[in-house]
Amino acid sequence: MIKETLQQIDAIDAEIEALHNAVAQQEDGDILPDDAFNPAPDSVSENEAKITELTNRRAALVEGCADLTAEDRVFLARHPKRPRIDEYIDALFTDFFEQRGDRQCREDEAILGGIARYKGVPVTVIGHRKGSTLEENLRFNFGMPGPEGYRKALRLMKQAEKFHRPIITFIDTPGAYPGKEAEERGQGEAIARNLAEMSALTVPVISVVTGEGSSGGALGLGVANHILMLENAVYSVLSPEGFASILWKDSSRSGEACEMMKLTAQDLYQGGIVEEIIPEPLGGAQADHQKLFACLDTALEKHLVQLCRMSPRALAEQRYKKFRQIGR
Amino acid sequence: MKNVGKLFAAGSNERVFRLKARRDAGTDTPVWQAPQFMTCKKCERRATRQVWAKSLYVCPNCGYYHPIGGYYRLSMVLDHGTFRELDPDVEANDRLNFPGYPEKLEAAQRKTGLKEAVVTATGKIAGVPVVVAVLDSRFFMGSMGTAVGEKITRAVEFATAKHLPLIIFSASGGARMQEGIFSLMQMAKTSAAIQRFSQKGGLYISYLTHPTTGGVTASFASLGDITLAEPGALIGFAGPRVIEQTIGEKLPKGFQRSEYLLEHGFVDAVVPRSEMRKTLAQILQLHTEGGKRN
Ligand SMILES: [Zn+2]
Repeated sequence: MIKETLQQIDAIDAEIEALHNAVAQQEDGDILPDDAFNPAPDSVSENEAKITELTNRRAALVEGCADLTAEDRVFLARHPKRPRIDEYIDALFTDFFEQRGDRQCREDEAILGGIARYKGVPVTVIGHRKGSTLEENLRFNFGMPGPEGYRKALRLMKQAEKFHRPIITFIDTPGAYPGKEAEERGQGEAIARNLAEMSALTVPVISVVTGEGSSGGALGLGVANHILMLENAVYSVLSPEGFASILWKDSSRSGEACEMMKLTAQDLYQGGIVEEIIPEPLGGAQADHQKLFACLDTALEKHLVQLCRMSPRALAEQRYKKFRQIGR
Repeated sequence: MKNVGKLFAAGSNERVFRLKARRDAGTDTPVWQAPQFMTCKKCERRATRQVWAKSLYVCPNCGYYHPIGGYYRLSMVLDHGTFRELDPDVEANDRLNFPGYPEKLEAAQRKTGLKEAVVTATGKIAGVPVVVAVLDSRFFMGSMGTAVGEKITRAVEFATAKHLPLIIFSASGGARMQEGIFSLMQMAKTSAAIQRFSQKGGLYISYLTHPTTGGVTASFASLGDITLAEPGALIGFAGPRVIEQTIGEKLPKGFQRSEYLLEHGFVDAVVPRSEMRKTLAQILQLHTEGGKRN
């Protein structure tokens, strides 16, 4: 299980750091407090030998992360330290200008969107926003949009079409919010409208599934010409918990559901739904954000260049055909 | 000779259709032979199927609308002798190798006499040619897997090519779990087809019946030019139980019912089953006048 492995790696990291500090202090000639439970090592070389040993153990653990189960990937896809939409925007785009509100009744912060430059070219960027701290999670409703979020997204997409801007969406949501007001304001209608309108857009649309893509709440930003998926991201008809509770009336069997649902990037690539898998650092994207951004950047540029060569009509046609052939 | 053959084929086609409609209605066996009783789901009134069929499966006692089968509904709305089924042979595909799915499909097919959860057809309503799709909640809760998505999409594309108005009666628990992500993608596929149909000027009447939820609500069912609903139908994206668990409170009475949606602006009219055909005819005729190609 990746969860335990990551915990072990974290523990080793903490130990290594402590040893490094000890070595540094000894080299500085500081006197260590005499601690009966944690006797000070008598030489620098002993510490260094320990560090080497720990580093080797860590490497072996990381090596073991190459072989992940679907449940492991679900865990990584939801990892709290996984990069969030604002980090992607900072890393890959410049001049981001946030646009807010659906122009009907409210601003839904569970979706972040606006205009930015990608390699100098103006684009529209939209994505689910989960936030990184608990405070942010609560404020952004854990990335679960209401209808206003989808309507804001559609407003931005239609505007992108008007100004001939490519659209890049980032998908990372446990699903659309199942709330009373969300239903009263037409959650289903808002998602349906997005699916219909996105399918006919005459500008390039690229979706990147970065974390968990669950149900219609994910698809509502996902009717793209090309879909890219991070190696440990998942994309499914419902969350594994919801799936288990519908099929077996038992959400605790979600681990079992993960394997049956075929929700990994590899599964979707084989199913012809996803165009490219973006490799992640060993052990998950949270281990090295910069490395992930570099890989994503390369892929994004390649796909965007490809799509920008197509005519508006050809773009709408290609997108229609892409979804038309699924389950034919 | 050719013409005679065609006539005969049309006649047998109609006979088979009527038979299926009667089987859906539970009136295919004479009442003296094997009387089939049905109890009202709400007030427990008990009567033979023949009596239920007379009231269109709406309870005369409490007004509850019982779900009805696809062929039966089609027989209620289409002009006599105009029914032609489209793509009757499209079947589900077990793409995920989901344990037990093929067996469950087979059982559902045996139980309902349907191949999948939707029947698509062409026909006429009050003389106006139309394409109609009816989801059937008896088959896997009317859920949308690849076969339902494919049949709906083909019907929409057929209506687009032939410039025919489109009517879809929805009744669905949402996306079909057993086909996973492929079911989810049918939402995009069907919605894209509706969008193209709409861009070409086609009229789409979405008719919501009990229950219409999940991925069907979040795709083609919500994209009608005109949206009608049967009285008391549950219509929504998230199920009421999930919402109650999430918000930790009881939902008000009538929440997510047709009348509630009418109040909140998501339905044009709540139409009693007895007025269904008349209302559809009226809307269709309003769109055929003035030399429009529909
Ligand atoms: Zn009753």
